[in-house]
Amino acid sequence: MIASHDSAGLWTLAWRRLRADRIAMAALAVVGACLLLVLLSGLGLVADDWEREVALNYAPPTFVGADPGARALAQAQLPRATPPNAFDPLAAELAELKAQLAATDPPLEKRTTLPFGADKWGHDIVKKTIKGGQTSIVVGLVAALLAVTLGTLFGAVSGFYGGWVDDLFNWFYSVFTAIPAILMILAVAAVLQQKGVATIVLILGLTGWTGPFRLMRAEYIKHGAREYVMAADAIGASNLRRMFGHILPNVAHVALVQMSILTVGFIKAEVILSFLGFGVPVGTVSWGSMLNEAQNELILGKWWQMAAAAGAMATLVTAFSLFADALRDALDPKIK
Amino acid sequence: MLAYVLRRLWQMLPTMGGVVLLVFILFNWIGGDPAYLLAGKMADTAAIENIRRQLGTDQPYYVQLWIFVKQILTFDFGNAWSTGEPVSHIIASRLGPSLTVLVPLTLLETFFGIALALAIAFVRGSLTDRALMVACTVGMSISILVYISVFQYVFAYRLGLFPVQGWGDGLGQNLLRYALLPIIIGLAVSIAPTLRLYRSFVLDEAGQDYVRTARAKGLSERRVLWVHVLRNAAIPIITHVMASLPALLIGAFLLERFFGIPGIGREVILAVERSDFPVIKAITVYVAAATMVFNLLADLLYRAVDPRVQFK
Repeated sequence: MIASHDSAGLWTLAWRRLRADRIAMAALAVVGACLLLVLLSGLGLVADDWEREVALNYAPPTFVGADPGARALAQAQLPRATPPNAFDPLAAELAELKAQLAATDPPLEKRTTLPFGADKWGHDIVKKTIKGGQTSIVVGLVAALLAVTLGTLFGAVSGFYGGWVDDLFNWFYSVFTAIPAILMILAVAAVLQQKGVATIVLILGLTGWTGPFRLMRAEYIKHGAREYVMAADAIGASNLRRMFGHILPNVAHVALVQMSILTVGFIKAEVILSFLGFGVPVGTVSWGSMLNEAQNELILGKWWQMAAAAGAMATLVTAFSLFADALRDALDPKIK
Repeated sequence: MLAYVLRRLWQMLPTMGGVVLLVFILFNWIGGDPAYLLAGKMADTAAIENIRRQLGTDQPYYVQLWIFVKQILTFDFGNAWSTGEPVSHIIASRLGPSLTVLVPLTLLETFFGIALALAIAFVRGSLTDRALMVACTVGMSISILVYISVFQYVFAYRLGLFPVQGWGDGLGQNLLRYALLPIIIGLAVSIAPTLRLYRSFVLDEAGQDYVRTARAKGLSERRVLWVHVLRNAAIPIITHVMASLPALLIGAFLLERFFGIPGIGREVILAVERSDFPVIKAITVYVAAATMVFNLLADLLYRAVDPRVQFK
């Protein structure tokens, strides 16, 4: 109870510094809004029906206006009645299927414009961008969590025990850093062969642990010799307890900053991997797969899908980087 | 000096061994049996056995590892699985186009990065400085894919200032015609992170005592920055340039892919698409070796820049 009057803790102080930084708070608001959208989209409350073909192919954004003649095209695309064929052996089944389809999913007149246009299949770009963002952001966050967890674990063991354990992990580190990160990622992608969100998370997480490792190792070496750790040793705290019970809370801020920096990097990496076709499987949308489609659309003059994916990504990444910088300054005021 | 270089090369051996082991584990153990892939759809047991015998994958792992080590030492990785082209020929013929883009790009990037960083150091803390740094953050957030797509669309496809894609035979033609737009895009993408980094290097030095002394002597701000500060900021800049060179060889793969440049980066992408393991294995091992050698070169360059640096 006395302590609370005494002085604020590291996290309270950091939060106060962060609050005073107006750019950081604005960035936090943007990141928070994005994460909320991801959560809502993940729960199926937003953009769950992005795969419905609600508009014409390449319907332009509303503020651009519909193409002349698009209305006629919309009519032409409505399902028309085909003349009955007496010899059709599947006629009965088809009629039944059609009746079922009409009951559950009545044919709708395709719209000629959408708030931010439509893609090749007439999907709503806004919903598609939200859904794609969900994939990209979740991949970035989970992969960063995996990388930081691995890096912290290795760094803790290496820095705390020292000796041959440290040598072993340092060797491991120098091997991983000798290979450029992007080459490492591509090599692992070539070996794993199967596409999927879990695969990308594994690839990025298993190759990205070196940065956090170096920093956490240095922190553990520094803290291992501090008095509070020696005191914990004196009262008989086990190695594990000292490493993760005593030291970890004092160095967790380093891991947190690393995590926010890595998330930005991994979102960018996921976009590139998915663009090349080594990332998300067919049927899953991500910002990278959107940019891949948009590259061909751009030549046709259909710029909206690229603008949506690129704009959404730039907004999130800018906000996230600004926030990561501010977080680093707030948690470690010595380094500027 | 010679003793230092020899000792450093000796110290590289365990790391290189680790890289070889890592690549071996990835491709020979996790990667699975390539024989089914190579034998095609209508494979019989004899054909698969035959391919296994040719590749040596019917041998125990320690024999396979020895085969791999021998391949690395003799620069002979056999033929690529997809095209049958010798891997050593692939690497040798793709290196030229990659370097045609990368050497001018690195030179220009370093030059502009240093010049702009020093120029910004004149006005540090001002509104211009802050606005430029925000612009850099925004510029870094836009995906490189967008830069390439938009630049290629606007400058090559729409305005027709450059060829959209392609590669020729002569160095001059390639450099002045085909490599120009990729170099400009590479510059546009890399200048923001480079400028931010170099600015921090320069500002680290600008607060030092010797800078105050130089100013107290009455030297012009221009001379202080370009002569005194630059010489000291050069060490982290050299580290950055040298360390990023081998990675850039691969990192330019997007430029090479978009513009149809037959370089190393595009070869890696093609090899990943076709599961062409020998090509990826060879490139990974040699790029890792190049990374280590360039780190050593960086350390040797320190000495040339800063005579206080001692080789221990």
